[in-house]
Amino acid sequence: MNSENTFIIDGTPIPFEPDQTVLQAALKAGVFIPHLCFYPGLKPNGNCKLCTVVINGRHTSACTTLARSGIEVENNTPALHDKRRLLLQMLFVEGNHFCPGCEKSGNCQLQALAYDLEMMTPHFNHFFQNRKVDVSHPEAFLDMNRCVACGLCVQASSEIDKKNVFALSGRGIASHVVINTPSGKLGDSDFALSDKAASVCPVGAILPKRRGFAVPIGQRLYDDLPISSQTEFLTTREA
Amino acid sequence: MLSPQEPPKRKLRVATTSLSGCFGCHMSLLDMDERLLDLIELVEFDRSPVTDIKHCGPCDIGIIEGCVCNSENVHVLHEFRNSCRTLIALGACAVNGGLPALRNDLDVREILREAYFEQQGVVSSTIPNDVELPLLLDKARPINEIVRVDYFIPGCPPSGDAIFKFLTDFASGRTPRLDYPLIRFD
Repeated sequence: MNSENTFIIDGTPIPFEPDQTVLQAALKAGVFIPHLCFYPGLKPNGNCKLCTVVINGRHTSACTTLARSGIEVENNTPALHDKRRLLLQMLFVEGNHFCPGCEKSGNCQLQALAYDLEMMTPHFNHFFQNRKVDVSHPEAFLDMNRCVACGLCVQASSEIDKKNVFALSGRGIASHVVINTPSGKLGDSDFALSDKAASVCPVGAILPKRRGFAVPIGQRLYDDLPISSQTEFLTTREA
Repeated sequence: MLSPQEPPKRKLRVATTSLSGCFGCHMSLLDMDERLLDLIELVEFDRSPVTDIKHCGPCDIGIIEGCVCNSENVHVLHEFRNSCRTLIALGACAVNGGLPALRNDLDVREILREAYFEQQGVVSSTIPNDVELPLLLDKARPINEIVRVDYFIPGCPPSGDAIFKFLTDFASGRTPRLDYPLIRFD
């Protein structure tokens, strides 16, 4: 192994290729760093901050930091997991995440991270915001209650589908996904279920209609193996 | 001469209740099946649907199923917090509001109007308002938004395995911890 092209995560040498980020190199090497808004093939945007690591003493997002030889990364530490759990708890109370009634349950990345980081309670007072469900599209629905504003659908729609169906509007806590049509309805856009934007959602905000709970409990993505043991899947899923 | 004997170990006194829940979590408690016999060696029940005792005495553990939906739920929850050294939220409703909290984006007046006037086949001229009836809160809330809660067991319902692991950990003095397959939100 060429030591010029390696860096250290928690004492383990990780090889990297030029232009790879810390997160990409780590996942490739089988080292899991929690993340929500990173998807292979899409430009890392550093939205969710769950991949926060400590590099040479400074907190930074692993998904937007280029790997450099010799850097030392802290990842799997109780202090960082505490911070990540806190971020998850804030995401859970900000939206309306009712897993028992969500078709994404078991395949949901937000839920899988909460399991993996042993988030037993959302802890904070819930916002219980009144958010809309858009069922205007014949093939898919948009449930804003579950949206975490990660921006993946926005990116997939513009970078891959070249349709620009989605956008993020508003700032800070008011930031939310909007549809790029005069009516603001998904049904009036040229969105299709075959779009990449339809399958990148890490939560249950964009889901196909008339499918429901198709996969039985026990056979879903995160039923047996925690997300931290599925780095191969996380790197090879296609964007 | 009498041989020194260990004093019999005091059983943990446990109270349970269902606030605004479906009793699914209590059903899950029964899902421990024959392990209930092991558990009953460690615990005895105070106020609970199992014993039908109406009010809570001093207890080691209070287990709350369901969220806080109305004024009676608030009173019962405070009684549990005041009587129990350790309070455990059992199941999705107690932990994050669960199914009852789906009403939270609706106005209570509209909900009652829908239920008592506009439902097909319902013949009524008034919304029930007997003093005996607890008033609905404007929102259904998880119990940790009303009182301090020590432990949480998520799940809808949590499996019998999860409850057994948690209670046996607790009763034997270990910090309760659920393994990956036992932590479920659905």
